[in-house]
Amino acid sequence: MVETVISVRDLSKSFAGVKALDGVNLEIRAGEIHCLAGENGSGKSTLIKVISGVYQPDEGTIELNGTRHDKLTPIEAIRGGVQVIYQDFSIFPNLSVMENLALNHELSQGRKLVNWRRFRTIAKEAIAKINFHVDLDARVGDLSVADKQLVAISRALLHDTKLIIMDEPTTALTNREVEALFRVILDLKSRGIAILFVSHKLGEVFEISERFTIIRNGKLVVTSLPEELDHKKFAHYMTGREVDDVRFEQPETVGEPVLEVEGLGLEGALEDITFTLHAGEVLGITGLLGSGRTELALTLFGLFPTDSGKIRVKGRAVRLGGIRDAIANGIAYVPEDRLTEGLMLERSIADNIVVAELDEFTSPLGMMDSTRRQSEVDRWVADLKIATANAENPVNTLSGGNQQRVVLAKWLATNPDILILNGPTVGVDIGSKSDIHLILQDLARGGMGIIVISDDIPELLQTCRRILILDEGRVTAEVDPDTTTEQELSDLITGAITAGVGV
Amino acid sequence: MESTTLLSRPLALARRDPYVARLFVILVTLVAFFLIVRTDNFLSFGTWQSMGVQFPEFGLMALGVMITMITGGIDLSVVGIANMTSIAAASIMLSMVPPDASGGQATVGILVAVAVSLVTGALAGAFNGFLVSVVKIPAILVTLGTLELFTGIAIIITAGKPLSGLPALYGQTFGARLFGVVPVPLLIFVVVAIAMGVVMHKMSFGSKLYMLGTNATAARFSGLHSARLLIQTYTISGVCAAIAGLVLLANYNSAKADYGVAYTLLTVLIVVLGGVDPNGGKGKLLGVVLAIVILQILSSGLNMFPAISNFYRPLIYGGVLLVVISISEGKGRFWKRLNTRKKTKEEVVVS
Repeated sequence: MVETVISVRDLSKSFAGVKALDGVNLEIRAGEIHCLAGENGSGKSTLIKVISGVYQPDEGTIELNGTRHDKLTPIEAIRGGVQVIYQDFSIFPNLSVMENLALNHELSQGRKLVNWRRFRTIAKEAIAKINFHVDLDARVGDLSVADKQLVAISRALLHDTKLIIMDEPTTALTNREVEALFRVILDLKSRGIAILFVSHKLGEVFEISERFTIIRNGKLVVTSLPEELDHKKFAHYMTGREVDDVRFEQPETVGEPVLEVEGLGLEGALEDITFTLHAGEVLGITGLLGSGRTELALTLFGLFPTDSGKIRVKGRAVRLGGIRDAIANGIAYVPEDRLTEGLMLERSIADNIVVAELDEFTSPLGMMDSTRRQSEVDRWVADLKIATANAENPVNTLSGGNQQRVVLAKWLATNPDILILNGPTVGVDIGSKSDIHLILQDLARGGMGIIVISDDIPELLQTCRRILILDEGRVTAEVDPDTTTEQELSDLITGAITAGVGV
Repeated sequence: MESTTLLSRPLALARRDPYVARLFVILVTLVAFFLIVRTDNFLSFGTWQSMGVQFPEFGLMALGVMITMITGGIDLSVVGIANMTSIAAASIMLSMVPPDASGGQATVGILVAVAVSLVTGALAGAFNGFLVSVVKIPAILVTLGTLELFTGIAIIITAGKPLSGLPALYGQTFGARLFGVVPVPLLIFVVVAIAMGVVMHKMSFGSKLYMLGTNATAARFSGLHSARLLIQTYTISGVCAAIAGLVLLANYNSAKADYGVAYTLLTVLIVVLGGVDPNGGKGKLLGVVLAIVILQILSSGLNMFPAISNFYRPLIYGGVLLVVISISEGKGRFWKRLNTRKKTKEEVVVS
């Protein structure tokens, strides 16, 4: 008989009338590695927060170590041995490793005075538990992402921990770091600690989990063993549709080069990047986090002055000294982080659509032509099917997919020749995702040159005519999506194979 | 039937902006209270006229602080700019207009003095804007520093003494009443406020300021020229302060380095009370104008109670401001939560 750490039954939780969780059951056994998978917005985070006592469920019961709780508080969850490692790790970047490790422990013991010797003892004990070697006096903010994560894990182990919940722990890790993390997880398991591993990547579910649970739209879809899972089933469970990997029909011929990059270099980020983007083509750029993909996009958008190399737009050599130079040369950029770089969240949808072209509607005296502004707003709301009753509502009332359409509208309104999208469908629901893909296809047919930067492999294969792979700031391969499988592309990105496939 | 049409517009306005509506209610209540307890004083025309001469001093400064706060900054140097520019104006008048000067000579002297004061104010403001946007020092530190800097310049020029003996024409012009009713300082305030309204709500410049104040990163990523916008913003604030300085000069009939020192914090409090978000991006001119008037009426009202010594004034100011802000903020958040809840529901229905 295997002991159960936590089991939840018929859990429901609503926010403002929307059911985030709807009758979910989940059981985690001692020493088990359990994968929780689901798309963005499926209710994964809500479930974690209910298990750790942050949210109170509307209905359902939680049984922790055999004790039933109708309402679980965060303190009860921690006393019951539940620890959560969030994506931001909840660490204090300006404090040392030692302080980060010992502080919570000391506070929970109600100590008011700092005893540095005790701090050091506690911290040493914590890192020893997972054989983690780190300078205890280093500032945590200076550590790599993987080391920050290990600090968070060590800290979680200071309590009498029975279950560690990891919220998408591999998102910002390189391949080697992921392997190291998996070894730590297996070590924890061998000591009887259960892991709830939240992920939306099939590969991870296969590799690490003993059982998995998939939720969608707040409902439990399936709890099963990874042996019974294949790619098609996984996609079906996650999205609820038969996913047809229909590739876009790529044009036989493409137009003139709109963007030529030659020998581009940027200190510490990019080296000797050379490629050409043609009118009417969707070019994919991918690579791991830190491979230089975002730096490349920002360089082309004028944010970083280049150290070496040439950039030609429509055959003309240009110097991109700033964002305004890039815009003047017909380059538009849909940023990676929509919320901080793309939108003024509290301003209206209309304001956000017209912000980049305000000067177009301005008389020589600086007055705004509100009639023209309105017709421009109406046009884009209709063209991109932005779902809103009133474009004067703040943009933060929209869903992720509609917000992304607003960012797209802002740039399409400037009538660019080159559109660079960094993570075009991150945090966007599936319906909007395929709509955005269709919009991109239409734009390419209309003669725009489009660069899609993404780590979403199916998305790249589906939308792009060619894909460049970056690693450590260099282009390591160029692949033809027609002759490349998802597995091959994935291996190329992670460096599992280095030779060019289908070049 | 007629009453509904009469009320429908104000009511619609109130629904759209409950905060401004609440300030209006506070204003009406305050006036009603003083009308009841000090009927004679508050029915007298002179009371209202003297208020119209006084509040433009800090009202004009507050308009400048407002526009900087909408970009997410602040301008604490307005009093310093006002004194420095009014001293510059006074020095020019004293040297260009001798006591026996003709009317024409006096007019020229005054016009030159006014022009120099406005230009000096603009330059001082642009200097603030340069430090905020190009050198990238937080606005609160920049303007705290330049407040001392400008005041210091003013002290050195005057050796700390008041400059008086201005041409009589200057005082007469500012002391005049338009149509025998409207004091000139009030007229100046109204003109500047209307101009500010046009800048903020009719020009694309104003639209850009709100965008910049809401999210400076996204504004930059959208191609807005944030450094230029900020320099322009602080320049406008400097000009407003210089105009306030000209009013101060007329009201005191002299210039000195430490006139109106209490206005520094008063203007900030007025702007916050007027509903401008210190984090930037939110706030309306109408709210700030109402807050200016409320403060003036409160001040004049208190003057009519001889039993309340002037020592109590800061205490009453501070208390009233804190109470009003906490009530409004509390309710504001309550209203906002109610509104967003309604909107998310609508949005769900739409999608």
